[in-house]
Amino acid sequence: MIQLNVNGKTHQVDVEPDTPLLWALRDTLLLTGTKYGCGQALCGACTVHVDGSPLRSCTTPVSAVIGRKITTIEAIDANRVGKAVQEAWRKLDVVQCGYCQSGQIMSAVALLTKNRKPSDADIDNAMSGNLCRCATYVRIRAAIHEAAKALG
Amino acid sequence: MSEFAIENLSRRNFLQGSAGLTLGFCLPALATAAGGPGKAADGIVGASNFEPNAFLRIGADNTVTVFSKHLEMGQGTYTGLATIVADELDADWKTVRVEAAAADAKRYNNLLWGPAQGTGGSTAMANSWEQMRKAGAAGRAMLVSAAALKWNVQASEISVRDGVVRHAATKRSATFGQLAALAAAQAVPGEVTLKDPKDFRLIGKQANRKDSVDKTNGKAQFTQDVHLPGMLVALVAHPPRFGATVKSFDAGRAKAVRGVVDVVQIPQGVAVLAKDTWSAKKGRDALGVSWDESAAFKLGSDDILAQYKELAKTPGLVAKQIGDSTAAFTKAAKVVRASFDFPYLAHAAMEPMNCVIRLTADGCEVWNGEQMHTGDQYALAALFGLKVEQVKINTLYAGGSFGRRASKDSDYVLEAAQIVKAIAGKAPVKLVWLREDDMRAGYFRPLFHHAMEAALDGSGNITAWRHRLVGQSIVAGSPFEKMLVKDGVDAVSVEGAANLPYAIPNLTVELHTPTNIMVPVLWWRSVGSSHTAYSTETFFDELAAAAGKDPVALRLELLAEHPRHAGVLKLAAEKAGWGTTLKSGKAGERRGRGIAVHESFNSYVAQVAEVTVKADGTIKVDRVVCAVDCGVAINPDNIRAQVEGSVGFALSAALHGEITLREGRVEQGNFDSYPSLHIGEMPAVEVHIVASTKAPTGIGEPGVPSVAPAVANAIAAATGKRCYRLPFRPADLLA
Repeated sequence: MIQLNVNGKTHQVDVEPDTPLLWALRDTLLLTGTKYGCGQALCGACTVHVDGSPLRSCTTPVSAVIGRKITTIEAIDANRVGKAVQEAWRKLDVVQCGYCQSGQIMSAVALLTKNRKPSDADIDNAMSGNLCRCATYVRIRAAIHEAAKALG
Repeated sequence: MSEFAIENLSRRNFLQGSAGLTLGFCLPALATAAGGPGKAADGIVGASNFEPNAFLRIGADNTVTVFSKHLEMGQGTYTGLATIVADELDADWKTVRVEAAAADAKRYNNLLWGPAQGTGGSTAMANSWEQMRKAGAAGRAMLVSAAALKWNVQASEISVRDGVVRHAATKRSATFGQLAALAAAQAVPGEVTLKDPKDFRLIGKQANRKDSVDKTNGKAQFTQDVHLPGMLVALVAHPPRFGATVKSFDAGRAKAVRGVVDVVQIPQGVAVLAKDTWSAKKGRDALGVSWDESAAFKLGSDDILAQYKELAKTPGLVAKQIGDSTAAFTKAAKVVRASFDFPYLAHAAMEPMNCVIRLTADGCEVWNGEQMHTGDQYALAALFGLKVEQVKINTLYAGGSFGRRASKDSDYVLEAAQIVKAIAGKAPVKLVWLREDDMRAGYFRPLFHHAMEAALDGSGNITAWRHRLVGQSIVAGSPFEKMLVKDGVDAVSVEGAANLPYAIPNLTVELHTPTNIMVPVLWWRSVGSSHTAYSTETFFDELAAAAGKDPVALRLELLAEHPRHAGVLKLAAEKAGWGTTLKSGKAGERRGRGIAVHESFNSYVAQVAEVTVKADGTIKVDRVVCAVDCGVAINPDNIRAQVEGSVGFALSAALHGEITLREGRVEQGNFDSYPSLHIGEMPAVEVHIVASTKAPTGIGEPGVPSVAPAVANAIAAATGKRCYRLPFRPADLLA
């Protein structure tokens, strides 16, 4: 049994220590908002926060996050920045297929938490590891600015 | 594989004439159709709900549910269809929700495909426009009848707005929900009056996406997210080459992995079933499969291309013939020749292919981002020995598709089914493809080679155009063959080439369709136009340069018979400032502007690209200005979104996309070797929509084809160098 702190709750998960956090979240805890896209930290769809920093859960074994605070898309609205980002995403209708958007939002929240007024270049830097095959990038950029404005 | 065939008009015939939709829509029959759509069997439809037809349900709680017969894979179909229904119904947009319709070709066929349900070819809005308007209008009429009866007033005195029915003279009003039960008892109108377009309140206006909330909080359900009680996750070891078969494997080693439950051989390879995905992966890693590759396909991309180049030296089957090209070439003052190479491309949807299937007491049940409902029903029915109607499909959101889930032969769905069959249905199975499985499975956009030549007279007029294409047929051997192959010519191989819009007096388009290549191929967003727009529009640009003419002026001169092409071309050129001087770049940077125009799926798009080419040949696309004519703009913001996304999708392929084979093995596997456009490479995009009263056509694909040629023409303007192969190679563009 491995003990994980996810979205403020403690869970016992019966998986091997080398199991990527992604699969423990999805298959064991049934928190399916965090997505599998590549398994190699190449696309960002699996991004979660660990102690407030973005992390690719597909290449992070559960053994590496014991005792750390894991936040997933399901709980991001508990945080003021998270809520602002979700609202901006909805206002501008950023999503298309939506599969990568949990990861996009987690990365955007991490960016805005550190940098309340990111420039386009800051956005490009922070978000370059989050691929979107629908290429919703124009609106992702706009929505991050929109959320920054809303956060004041 | 079965008697299932798509047998309707070709896509191209549709709308070129009178836009005469053959409506299979029959209100009385639909109103009584077995229990109505969706979850009727689960008892959710109660007496207080109102279902005027198969597309609409109004609940006592005022909720308006629109049933979408089409897959939502990002293209905005759920929102578009709901926009149409809600407008004619005069519903309150906030109370409108969308559910996937059941798989049932009788009620939910694609009207452009005949008796088949499915999504593709950018047909959702085109085939549903009248059907959804009538669905909404019928519902409205029945609500009005109910109110007239209840209040004992004339129906003609009743108005409806935002989900409320009113009688002004007596100041009475009722919500849809309050009238639902009574409305359900009203006669279904035989004919309905549709709104005058000037009265549209949602169509052509702002109606936000219906899936934005669930796709931003983790709740949206994709196939990957399905968990059923007792379900096993299956990963399959696939052959390393197309056509290889299993020789041996070590099931024991796989079963020794904790969580692995079973190992079965299926026609597609060896499946490892486990309680979770990671255990299945570890089990598969332990299998140690050895393969019999004696009959496998062993050519590389270079071999294939070399074969195609040889074929291109000989005449192919004639796809289009106007005038006498041979005579025109003998009289030419100048002949320009070029050839083009297009690679295999993977769809690489963010959600790799997957499918959940379980056998039930009365058939089988499927969970899938379902794009080919009827085809998959037939394929599964044949495999399991069921009737088609015993195959129940739950359509979930698809995490992208770009054509991939519109499988012509149910490939991945049948793979899941074979696993279920091999374990005799003892557990529900979720087949999961990892990224590498998805990228190496084939079903690529086919590799193509085009050879082109054109004759110019002494004044620089284009007197003849000869275009020879070589590439695999997508539809051969599939249920689409009957609809799309005529006299050996696959219409989708030459779409965008055989219907070249320019007034050139002598035109010859020929096709070679090699049949010795075992690489599975499939439609990839914009299909034939994904290569034909590039060759035709870059070659045209080259001819304009050879004739010393402005590329926009020459296009307009030859598009007199094609006002919609000309319309978008002019609009894009004007908005982009065509003819003005482009701001120069930094030292060593070369900048240029290029244009292209293309019609696909009866929608017209022109794009102007502005690019910067650095000294090392790397390309930055700075801005793309788009003009779009897709008839009535049902949901303008979604049209803008689709075209923005199309620019990025097309650029991803043009800058990076290439699947290569070495001795039959696919060399790429993940986003490191098959890079996808990232946010820093995304240009500024402007989308301008032509105001139109013509019947609406699609926008999921038509934004793609002219992006790469516009960029290539901009590169040529910047560097003087023409790009004859995709993706662009910086080494070709060194200063």
